[in-house]
Amino acid sequence: MPEPLRVNERRVAVEARNISKVFGTGEHALRALDDVSVGIAENEFFTLLGPSGCGKTTLLRLIAGFEFPTSGAILLGGEDIATLPPYKRPVNTVFQSYALFPHLTVAQNVSFGLEMLGKPRGEIEARVAEMLKLMRMEQLANRRTDQISGGQAQRVALARALAPAPKVLLLDEPLSALDYKLRKEMQLELKRMQAETGITFIFVTHDQEEALTMSDRVAVMSAGKILQVGSPRDIYDRPAERFVADFIGETNYLAGTVQGVDGGRAEVLLKTGGRISASYSEGMTPSGEVTLVVRPEHARAVEGAADLSGAVEDIVYFGTDTHIHTRLDDGSAFTVRQQNSRNAVLPFARGDRIGIVVGDDAAQVLRD
Amino acid sequence: MAREPELAARQAHRAEIRSRWLLSAPALIIIFVAAVGPLFVMLAYSVMVRGDYGDVRFGEFSSEGWFNVFFQRDIFDDTITYADAHLSIFWRSIRLSLITTVSTLILGFPTAYFIATRPRHTREVWVFLITIPFWTNLLIRTFAMQEVIRNEGVVNTLLQALGVIDQPIQILYTDWAILFGMVYVYLPLMVLPLYASMERLDFRLVEAGYDLYAGRFAVLRRIILPLVKPGLVAGSILVFIPSLGAYVTPRVLGGGKNMMLGNLIELQFGAGRNWPLGAALSITLMVIVMVALLFYVRNASRSGATGHG
Ligand SMILES: Nc1ncnc2c1ncn2[C@@H]1O[C@H](COP(=O)(O)OP(=O)(O)OP(=O)(O)O)[C@@H](O)[C@H]1O
Ligand SMILES: [Mg+2]
Repeated sequence: MPEPLRVNERRVAVEARNISKVFGTGEHALRALDDVSVGIAENEFFTLLGPSGCGKTTLLRLIAGFEFPTSGAILLGGEDIATLPPYKRPVNTVFQSYALFPHLTVAQNVSFGLEMLGKPRGEIEARVAEMLKLMRMEQLANRRTDQISGGQAQRVALARALAPAPKVLLLDEPLSALDYKLRKEMQLELKRMQAETGITFIFVTHDQEEALTMSDRVAVMSAGKILQVGSPRDIYDRPAERFVADFIGETNYLAGTVQGVDGGRAEVLLKTGGRISASYSEGMTPSGEVTLVVRPEHARAVEGAADLSGAVEDIVYFGTDTHIHTRLDDGSAFTVRQQNSRNAVLPFARGDRIGIVVGDDAAQVLRD
Repeated sequence: MAREPELAARQAHRAEIRSRWLLSAPALIIIFVAAVGPLFVMLAYSVMVRGDYGDVRFGEFSSEGWFNVFFQRDIFDDTITYADAHLSIFWRSIRLSLITTVSTLILGFPTAYFIATRPRHTREVWVFLITIPFWTNLLIRTFAMQEVIRNEGVVNTLLQALGVIDQPIQILYTDWAILFGMVYVYLPLMVLPLYASMERLDFRLVEAGYDLYAGRFAVLRRIILPLVKPGLVAGSILVFIPSLGAYVTPRVLGGGKNMMLGNLIELQFGAGRNWPLGAALSITLMVIVMVALLFYVRNASRSGATGHG
């Protein structure tokens, strides 16, 4: 497992310090962001992941300068940019709605930022040609932007924002309109561009798979708060909160009582019986009643007694793996995901009692 | 097999075209009877001999009417000179109309922008307020304007009372008075179409402009103006055309000597008793409008296409 990226080791490109954003006043006031603090390193691929309405776009708009924080500060390269208007920030945005200029052609859209920066004609043309080639849009250079498909529009929006080579690129769900294949291609393309250009990418998505596969670090947001920041592995293997565990992947929950804490691990007596050793995130001391999470693929179903025991309710074959849905002795549900191999046959069937082995370091104590 | 649905489709298509013509027939008839018809009458009158007490002598043709639009014949020695009076009225009309159009544009643009950026329910109130002048008859509004700007009127009295001026400023019966009057009368015609296209403006595009390093002025010039161009063109046409043919405003505020084309034409059908000349002048006015329109629309659409408006 690679070391999680430390912001401290790299220079910080963007920092949000105790940002709150309230829309409206009085009884209509809506707290879109609630005391958000996060640092994003230079050349990092940083993803904001969260359900609709959790404040992802709002955070991007604050960084771009379209909105001003109700309280807190935004720092760019260590400097407070509160007074800088959007057109003076070295930040470009790929808008959720694309916001392509309908009166300009594809090429004119891409060259707009460069023209505004007063770049020489020759340089602009070369750069526009380069960007269009990168996006495979050369053929459509002279099309008007209301005459191209949604996926093409998204690529134009990307090209337009990348062309001026900003320090930070804000991408608000830039791939959501693409079909699966193109989307996968663009994901790789984006990663490559990010590595090559050295631009810091702040990427918004509510697609967990996209977040996990593309990011250096992911921030999981909910209701205006950042719940957890970490590498995709961290977020997936060690979700700190129930919301994070729920939002990303499938999860099993086990109730139990902490018996003791030792060296970063907690001994938990499970409600179903049996003891289990679980890890917990930094800065918390688990005690009393807790909930543990175990990913389905981090557990194994076996015959006979094991860490857990229960009855098989259903077995679902998925090609690459099989999901075994069980009912534990305390009545809670537990799913095990087991990889298939060609000749192996499960030694049990629906209705059988089985044991479940929870792997080493597979259980994580949730904060609550 | 395949031919049958094709045939049916073609018949349906034909039926649709037929019903479309049928539906637009009333409008076409009105346009023809009310606009094209009189136009031919004017055309006919303009090439006939003038009657002694107005009207024309039917069946007697003459080019005198058209000749008099541009030239005049000296009554003593028959020398031919340009009709300076007419030409200067043409020029004044065109100039005043252009200035009126530009003035309403300069005043109307920020107004429309202001309204379009209000919250939705407040916008309706503002639009409503803009239309209030239409509730009163044009003639009455123009006389009210006269009351405001005449030497003993509100403006001059107030300025004198405040000690800003000693003598009243002569505004009434000058081109300024006509200009004020026309700007006042035609301003809503500029604001409304401008507002209509600004309301449809996607302000996220403005944000995209700011994001791409365009300052306020660049955003206005490169994004807002090209996008609201339809409203701008419509407003300019709606103001320019009636300005050019304006009759009441120059008559009431410009007095007898500061005539515009509308007044000149009226004169020929009235006291001048020269209907062929009046008809020829009317057609000339129409031609000017059409040429101006063609020029304007061509220009507007060309710069609109490249986006460097
Ligand atoms: N200009 C605004 N005025 C009032 N409320 C707003 C405004 N912009 C956003 N909000 C509210 O703030 C909250 C966060 O909105 P935001 O657009 O940041 O969500 P999001 O995480 O980007 O969602 P999505 O995934 O749907 O794009 C929402 O409840 C939204 O209704
Ligand atoms: Mg959003």
